[in-house]
This record gives sequence, C-alpha cells and structure tokens, in this order.
Amino acid sequence: MIIDHPLLGPRDAAEFVYLGDAGLIDRPDWQAGDAARRFDDYLHLRDNPAGEHRELWFHEQGDRSWLVVTRDTLTHEIVRVELARDVALARGRDR
Amino acid sequence: MRYSALQILRQGLTGNRGWKPLWREPQPKQRYDIVVVGGGGHGVATAYYLAKAHGLTDVAVLEKGWLGSGNAGRNTTIIRSNYLLPGNQAFYEFSMKLWEGLERELNYNAMVSQRGIVNLFHNDPQRDAAARRGNAMALAGIDAVLLDREALQRKFPVFDFDNERFPIKGGLWQKRGGTARHDAVVWGYARGADRRGVDLIQNCEVTGFDIRGGVCRGVETTRGAIGANRVAVCVAGSSGRVMGLAGLRLPIESHVLQACVTEGLKPVIDGAITFGAGHFYVCQSDKGGIVFGGDLDGYNSYAQRGNLPTVEDVCEGGMALMPAIGRARVLRMWGGVVDMSMDGSPFIDGTPVDGLYFTGGWCYGGFKAIPAGGYCLAHLVATGAPHPAAAAMRLDRFATGAVIDENGAGAQPNLH
Ligand SMILES: Cc1cc2nc3c(=O)[nH]c(=O)nc-3n(C[C@H](O)[C@H](O)[C@H](O)COP(=O)(O)OP(=O)(O)OC[C@H]3O[C@@H](n4cnc5c(N)ncnc54)[C@H](O)[C@@H]3O)c2cc1C
Repeated sequence: MIIDHPLLGPRDAAEFVYLGDAGLIDRPDWQAGDAARRFDDYLHLRDNPAGEHRELWFHEQGDRSWLVVTRDTLTHEIVRVELARDVALARGRDR
Repeated sequence: MRYSALQILRQGLTGNRGWKPLWREPQPKQRYDIVVVGGGGHGVATAYYLAKAHGLTDVAVLEKGWLGSGNAGRNTTIIRSNYLLPGNQAFYEFSMKLWEGLERELNYNAMVSQRGIVNLFHNDPQRDAAARRGNAMALAGIDAVLLDREALQRKFPVFDFDNERFPIKGGLWQKRGGTARHDAVVWGYARGADRRGVDLIQNCEVTGFDIRGGVCRGVETTRGAIGANRVAVCVAGSSGRVMGLAGLRLPIESHVLQACVTEGLKPVIDGAITFGAGHFYVCQSDKGGIVFGGDLDGYNSYAQRGNLPTVEDVCEGGMALMPAIGRARVLRMWGGVVDMSMDGSPFIDGTPVDGLYFTGGWCYGGFKAIPAGGYCLAHLVATGAPHPAAAAMRLDRFATGAVIDENGAGAQPNLH
C-alpha cells in the first residue's frame, strides 16, 4: 500500500504504524457522569466496517505526523489522506 | 457409512465405487429450533455437540460459501494449550483433551499429530517468562518442559544456534501439542452432525436478523427467511459485519493474517516451532511442505490477502532461525481475515438480544479451539448457562475489568 502523505507525497505504508479507527480522536469527556461507560465504548467497541474505513496511521519512520487515512478494507484502496491535526481541529478540538 | 480398515479393503476390491458423500444437501426448512450461522470449524462443531451431547437435532448450519471456506481452510493447523492465564488455561486444555480423542469420537481421520510445540527463547528475560508460563501450565495440570540448548540442538540440527544477535538459549516445550488436518476437522464434525440429523446448508448467506421486542426469532438469508428459537453466530472474521446486522458493536477488529507453504521437502522440522526474536513460526506438513507464518499485517482488512512487507519480515525471521529455508521455494501464500479481540482472547456468550448467542474473537488461534469452542457454545445454547471451561469468555469483560490479556498489550488488537 502507498499512502499519499499530504506533506511528503507518496510513501510506502511500511514506514507507518497503524493505530485504528479514527474515532479515537474523539476522546470522551472524563468529567461526564457516565464517563466510565463512555470510555469502555471508546476504548473497546468498534464499527469494524467492511468497506470505507477512516483510520489513524503514524509516520514513525518519516516525519512522525499522525494521518487520517480513508481506506477500503475490502480492496485496500486508499481514497483520502489528511493530517490528523486538521481533522481534530475541524471536529472542534483545540489541537 | 462407518470408516474402518475393512471398509477400505472392501472398497478397494470393488473399484472404490461405494463411497458416499459425507453429508446430504438438504433444502432449508422454514424454521428450526436452532440456527447456527457460519459453517467453519466452530459452527459445525457447535452443531455436532448440540446433537451429540444435548440431543438437539432440529438444527441447521447456514454457510454463505462452502463448509470450511473461511479460516478453517486457511490456517496453519497448530494445536496447543500452552497458555498462562486461568481464564484461558482450562478452556484450551479441555480442547486439547478433546483433540486427543477426536478421531475415535468422529470415526474420521483428522490427522491429529502430537508432534509437540516449542517456543524458543534467546535471552535471560525470555527464559524467565518461559519458566513462569511453564510453571503456570504445570500448576493447571498441563504438560510443560523447559528444554536447554543442548536438548534443542539434538532435536533441531537445522536451526542456527549461534546467530550473533539471537542465539538460541532454550525453549518451552509442550509435548502434547502438534498439528491436525484443518479441512478434515471440519469435514469430520460436519459428517457427524449430518448423521445425527443436522441440516448443513451451503451457499446460504445470512443477511439480517428477525429481532422483535429484543428477542431474536430467526434470520433473513439469500435463500429466504428462516425462523428459529435460538440463533448462534460463529462467523470468525465476519463477526463485526454479521453482529452489526443485529445492531451490536463488538470489541473486535478484523485483520489479515498471512501464511506460506514451500514445496515438499524431506522431514527436517520435528514439531511446531515459534521463533522468539522475530515474527516467524513454522511446522512441516505430512506431505513435506514447510508451513510458516508470522504476525498480522496490522491494519483492518476483509480482503483475505495481505501485503509483501509483512511476508518479507516473516521470511527474514525464517532466515535468522534456519538459514537453510532460503533454498526452499514458496509454492503458495494466502491470507485469512481474523477476528482480533481487544485483549487477544475469545468470546463465547449470550448477547443483549434474547435468543442470540455469539462466539468470536478467535484471533489467529481459533483452530485449536474448535472442539472446546463447539462444545462450550452448544452447552450455553442448550442449557442457557456458560460451560465452566468458558465461563471467563464474556462479552462484557472490558466493562467489568475482567480482561484475559495473555500478552499484556492492552486494547490494541494488532499487538496481540
Ligand atoms: C493464516 C492463518 C493461520 C492460522 N493458524 C492457526 C493455527 O496455527 N492454530 C490455530 O489454532 N488457529 C490458527 N488460525 C486461526 C483459525 O483459523 C481461526 O481462529 C478459526 O478457524 C476460526 O473459527 P472458524 O473455523 O469457525 O472460522 P471460519 O472457518 O472463518 O468460519 C466462519 C464461517 O462463517 C461464514 N460466514 C461469514 N459470514 C456469513 C454470513 N453472513 N452468513 C453465513 N455464513 C457466513 C464464512 O463463510 C466462514 O465459513 C489461523 C488463521 C489464519 C488466517
């Protein structure tokens, strides 16, 4: 697989480390009343779709940036690559 | 037809014209007492034990392709019970005991071969960890032997014991571990279930569940709706997809695991071996092919094929352990979609939907679990209570904190 890094251009996926579902960006509020349940959900339960999947990859052997890669889990085709920072900011996080 | 030496002789003398198909090809009925979804090892074993141990024969197994077309037909056939944690030990040892009597039980040659499994270690901390695991196994009544370098050298002259970076210091040996013929296990259980009246329905994909008022009353399939009082889902790599149809999210990610086999060679590897310093494990099939694999590719996948960097990494491990493997030619390589759970251990449990049961999270190690997995799921479906050997394999164990994490890797499926 080739990941088209937004800053560095096409890079071999072997340079990256995979974390998982990009939903991991949306960390629950630890002060919420039902924080324990929300964290169980956040840490352990997954949609695990067959098809389009947004996921976090870390460019460990490169510029050490986190990326959100949109990839088809049936074909391994990558359709979009974004900086995780941009995605997090767009979702209202402060960094 | 009962199989025996006499039968082989009789058939041989009459031109082998009398062999019968192993199972019927029934049309699906409109309803069953119990529907099992998925005709891999766990599905057919569950159906077998429902009929055999509980006398429940109004049962259908619905398989979207052919029986054994999933991971049951793609694994590297290693069986063992060398686990560290109590939640796993009783279960896998129960499975090992069932393997030991399986062929007599099924009247079918599953080629169970207790040729042993050795986990190699290469430094002092690894030796300590192996000794700890071996002691835990011995305390649980499971056989374990710590082999030193000299004993291993006699057993495996082909290994590179003096590799500069990863010298072999010893290994943890489970003598009763070994291999079995993957397809034959499925066929043997399927034949046994069919003979007791279970309908095995192939080319029948489950596309939805009939859930009303929190109760599962049947399934939708590509061959029409089928009613059922109880539904047991055994779909391994497709767990997330299928349970999603029932509105459930699971502590599971689907990942691809690859394996390779070489051309047939003379016997060179006595048992199954795992390399302790890289992602490589190996055994030799009865035909002589060297069967080997390593780690997951590491990303979510339903593709049943992986990428070359992982194969390269596995082959590097192989070259470090046994440089002679570099002369062998790989004949085939393939991938299977494995249901990686958040702690690397499986589930055999009910669900929030009444009448809907689930087994999964088998990761890369559910082949050896087929006998006990089928037995325990059948017990749960038939009696409503978990079998003691599988009592820890609950779906809510992350919420309660009772995780079974053999590697201590945390909720990161690609690290288990
Ligand atoms: C390369 C590789 C090597 C492995 N090596 C080992 C090993 O050495 N030792 C070991 O113990 N384990 C090993 N495993 C793991 C083991 O193969 C699996 O954990 C085990 O086979 C899973 O259980 P199963 O046999 O029931 O799954 P499967 O055979 O995958 O059965 C699931 C079935 O469900 C069917 N299905 C899916 N969706 C539907 C639907 N909607 N409707 C109807 N049917 C459906 C599928 O077609 C499939 O036949 C390995 C796996 C792989 C991929």
